Amino acid sequence: MKNIPQKVIHRYLRHDKKFPHVWCAGCGNGIILGDLLRAIYNLGLEKDDIAMVSGIGCSSRMPVYVDFNTLHTTHGRAIAFATGIKMAKPELKVIVITGDGDVSAIGGNHFIHAARRNINLTIIIVNNNIYGMTGGQCSPTTPIGKFATTAPYGSIEPNFDLCELAKCAGASFVARTTAFHTTEARQIFEKALQKKGCSVVEVISQCPVSYGKMNNISSAVKMLELQRDNTLPIAAYEKLPEEKRAGKIVRGILHDVEKPEFIDQYQKLVDSLSLQKQEKFDESKKENKSSKSEESKSQE
Amino acid sequence: MSTDRKAGKPILLQGNAAVTLGALDAGVQFFGGYPITPSTEIAEILAKELPKRGDKFIQMEDEIGSIAAVLGASIAGLKSMTATSGPGFSLMQENLGFGMQTEIPCVIVNVQRGGPSTGLPTSPAQGDIMQARWGTHGDHPVIALYPDSILECYELTIRAFNLSEKYRTPVILLMDEVLAHMRESVVLPPKDKLKIIHRIKPNVPPEWYKHYKRNPKYISPVASFGEGYRFHITGLTHDESGFPTQVPEEVNDMMDRLLRKITDNLDDIIQIEPFYMDDAEIAIFAAGVVARSAKEAIIQARKKGIKVGLIRPLTIWPFPDHDVENMLESTRAVIIAEMNQGQLINEVKRVTKYGQHSRFYRIQKYNGLVITPDEILRKIAEVA
Ligand SMILES: Cc1ncc(C[n+]2csc(CCOP(=O)(O)OP(=O)(O)O)c2C)c(N)n1
Repeated sequence: MKNIPQKVIHRYLRHDKKFPHVWCAGCGNGIILGDLLRAIYNLGLEKDDIAMVSGIGCSSRMPVYVDFNTLHTTHGRAIAFATGIKMAKPELKVIVITGDGDVSAIGGNHFIHAARRNINLTIIIVNNNIYGMTGGQCSPTTPIGKFATTAPYGSIEPNFDLCELAKCAGASFVARTTAFHTTEARQIFEKALQKKGCSVVEVISQCPVSYGKMNNISSAVKMLELQRDNTLPIAAYEKLPEEKRAGKIVRGILHDVEKPEFIDQYQKLVDSLSLQKQEKFDESKKENKSSKSEESKSQE
Repeated sequence: MSTDRKAGKPILLQGNAAVTLGALDAGVQFFGGYPITPSTEIAEILAKELPKRGDKFIQMEDEIGSIAAVLGASIAGLKSMTATSGPGFSLMQENLGFGMQTEIPCVIVNVQRGGPSTGLPTSPAQGDIMQARWGTHGDHPVIALYPDSILECYELTIRAFNLSEKYRTPVILLMDEVLAHMRESVVLPPKDKLKIIHRIKPNVPPEWYKHYKRNPKYISPVASFGEGYRFHITGLTHDESGFPTQVPEEVNDMMDRLLRKITDNLDDIIQIEPFYMDDAEIAIFAAGVVARSAKEAIIQARKKGIKVGLIRPLTIWPFPDHDVENMLESTRAVIIAEMNQGQLINEVKRVTKYGQHSRFYRIQKYNGLVITPDEILRKIAEVA
């Protein structure tokens, strides 16, 4: 019995229910989910205390495979659903799983507003620079000049920098990692999960069957190698001379600040109102007493 | 705006305020919304009241987010609602379908205004009746209620919550703009006389729990996130555990469940008010404020000896087929009065037997004004 292997992920997968999964060979989603589960394990979070909410897309299929409170919503709306859950049950650790299209095209509005509120959600964006689920259409993160089924001549639109977007909109924790850097990803997830505030982690991932094929990258392995070679940690990046920075993508914790968190602020409001109520009640009791004593006096 | 709840004494109340009092008495714990005339007072009052009670209010970034947050809060166990008008109701349609598909209780108030598009923001219309029925895509039954007085705004809001909790589904409250902004003296019932329904909770261990457990009533107990029952919710067609399925039998099961939980309980869900119908030879069919005008017209017509009555649906969806059939059976002419280009009349026609069409008379007004008692009276005279 002792030799039966038990991997950390086995504690969390809904093994008897929903396998095989929908992801293609070489997809980054499984790797990223594994990193996330290991982070959850390391932090000792209880399954019952985790709500995992996703939108629509390949990446958004993650929740169905894991044994948490899981919610697979509509395209782009995961963050808005998560906002309701978090307000209703602040004690839940609410994790949003979303794709680049899900979060920055159709769901862009909810994304920036969650960041602005700095609501305590952990938002994990799987950025494969394409719409995977629908077969490879361009997304707001498809780089200029790259190909997609709906950009057959190469995209002519500039792409979003999701981390920059999250930071500018107000998120208090912003980080970027890749499917290749699994240890780093796990460590960042751990930090993000512990952060009180809106934490956004962009994970660069590979979609070999759509993005890779259309952009002449021969394999998933090649795509992972590109994640290794085209990215570097923020400290290293900052040391690079200006002319060598072009085309490099920065990894690591890019932004981590303390600022008021929405659920906290709401609770403070509730507390101040109930305090006011108490004070009013006390005052009226006093008034009642004094008017009574006046009454009794006049009666005398 | 007065929202003092003095039971047993007459208070002057606005329709939107009455909705909030109904919601608070029904036990609303979460409101997520986006401002839009003529529903905004509902959000404004609840923004003030809910935090005082430790309950939750949030103004979302749009109506899509509003209903999403409402559904999320309900999944986590709170009685939840939103309020909007036509443009916002249009934006809510996709997630309204999500709520139906995944059986999430909540209440959506749509204070109708003139449409389409931005239309007439401050004028009444009854143009969203069909949208309430078929606004979201796919086959689905729907429950929608339609008040005609300020007291009923209060009562039907409570009923909307009750039905949503009982049948595990979003319930729509359709209101007329004039009702939302009108003030009327009402006497609210004492709180302890109210019947408040809460969703049934599971009493089995988590390993036994199935979020959509198959059963002959098509309604099963519902756990919330964070209660130790870990389950999956998806807008994909799902099996009784909540996991996606494409197995035809399981697809059928889910679709039947959604349908039958409503259609097996029509007697409980459908409410109509008959008015002077006992001996009526002419019937008027109208909802909301139009029914108010109709009542006035009927009283006038009766003075002239015309036997005319009214059938008023308080439940507009599911449509009261049976009552309308009876109305068609017992009268020689029916006047369908509505503030749109003909939405109710098609429903009445749907339940009409072959050859009865000549009996219909219509009043359709869509210029931003209410159908007056005079207009209805003139039509009655024409028909009589
Ligand atoms: C309202 C709506 N519009 C469009 C779609 C179709 N759709 C499904 S997934 C998807 C894109 C997903 O791309 P992304 O979010 O990047 O996730 P990925 O599949 O790449 O992980 C689209 C457009 C939908 N399901 N709903």
